[in-house]
Amino acid sequence: MGPNESRRVLDAGDIGRATRRIAHEILEQNRGSSDLFLIGIHTRGAPLATRLGEAIEEIEGKAVPVGCLDIGLYRDDLDLRPKTRIGKTEVPEDLDDATVVLVDDVLFTGRTIRAALDALSDLGRPARVQLAALVDRGHRELPIRADFVGKNLPTSHDERVTVRLSETDDDEGVWIERGGTA
Amino acid sequence: MNHFLTTEDIERADLDSLLGEAQEFVDVLGRPIPKVPALRGKTVATMFFEPSTRTKLSFEKAAKALSADTMSFSPGTSALTKGESLKDTVQTIRAMGVDLMVVRHKATGAAWRIAEWLDIPIVNGGDGAHQHPTQALLDCLTLQQRFGALDGVRIAIVGDIRHSRVARSDIFAFTTLGAEVTLVGPRTLLPSDLEGWPVRATEHFDEVLEELDAVYLLRVQAERGGTSVFPSLPEYVRRYGLTRERYARLKPDAAILHPGPMNRGVEIADAVADSPRSLVLNQVTNGVAVRMAVLFRLLGGDHDV
Repeated sequence: MGPNESRRVLDAGDIGRATRRIAHEILEQNRGSSDLFLIGIHTRGAPLATRLGEAIEEIEGKAVPVGCLDIGLYRDDLDLRPKTRIGKTEVPEDLDDATVVLVDDVLFTGRTIRAALDALSDLGRPARVQLAALVDRGHRELPIRADFVGKNLPTSHDERVTVRLSETDDDEGVWIERGGTA
Repeated sequence: MNHFLTTEDIERADLDSLLGEAQEFVDVLGRPIPKVPALRGKTVATMFFEPSTRTKLSFEKAAKALSADTMSFSPGTSALTKGESLKDTVQTIRAMGVDLMVVRHKATGAAWRIAEWLDIPIVNGGDGAHQHPTQALLDCLTLQQRFGALDGVRIAIVGDIRHSRVARSDIFAFTTLGAEVTLVGPRTLLPSDLEGWPVRATEHFDEVLEELDAVYLLRVQAERGGTSVFPSLPEYVRRYGLTRERYARLKPDAAILHPGPMNRGVEIADAVADSPRSLVLNQVTNGVAVRMAVLFRLLGGDHDV
């Protein structure tokens, strides 16, 4: 693979199968869907949480609440990053005593999840918090792990993992690119 | 954006994105814990060389809700009374480790001068009769919440336009968002030259009353009444006060705004100030949210990336 070359590692079908499998795993681990609350992390965690919610509803026959969380105000690296716009946070139901499943597209350093945990604790006190990620690319900088993973992708630090979803992008899939920093 | 000084040259896209972010901060302020850690470790100094209660408190509340530390300055107790220059004063306070200053000063352009002297972002909290841009933002947000968008919304700004920094800031912000603005007041209190201002003006409030979607009443500085440029207070109320009679002639869904503090019984009748169409308290609440948006825009994230 040459510089800036990009390789698709998951296509739309793979993402669909991974999503359905994660839905089953969430239900298995929590013995059903009662008290479940799926919360997607802005931007691409949000549509993934919606898809997981639909898959769980299909399996269990009843809907689970889905919300989304923007963690821009909770980052510890604001000074290091380009300015970001603050996105929507919608947590429509009471978090207290719920089993929250945080949903994100790529799990990398763990700093986003750390920020999401801080944001959650300002919104309520869930009974427990679990983490689902479509891709785990390694290189954790904090003691954080995912409970549910679509695909483990061993990467090097200078590779970039890009997730595109039909809800937010023109295309759908997961790509690894060389020469990126994120 | 390195400073926030005026609405005069603000782009529509910047205004829209600031207001969108301010709406997120309205949600943050409505949470059980209305505070986020975004500006932890930053220090905001409110430098009010002219007295103010609400604007200063509003900025301090905004800074604290973003977890910034605040310092404040009151001219009465400062070394300014010992003859220290403005430049020395702000440079001294900057050197204590301040990351942003909010400046209010009676002299037009004071915030621009301080922005030249210092290497940190400056927010104009009101300069003379010139600009008060965060007031305009909070007015836009309040109207946007009420009307969805400002495109085509007909707004009258009533009162002493000529000496009002609020009016000047609002005119540019409202029209940038597509509103149709009419200035209402006696000829002596309207700007002498409207050239380049995207507005119309009239001395006759009653003639435009029924077409308005929103009435923005400016504060009458009561001590000015009865001078050569300012009519007597009874005369002002008769021609420009939002009395109950005028209120009854407004569209049923018309909104009423006022920057505060209100002179009940002068520019606004008592019952009108407390009516459900009055958005005055929404303006105050929104003031904290828009100031959070401005502080976060200037201090959150790297400027150069």
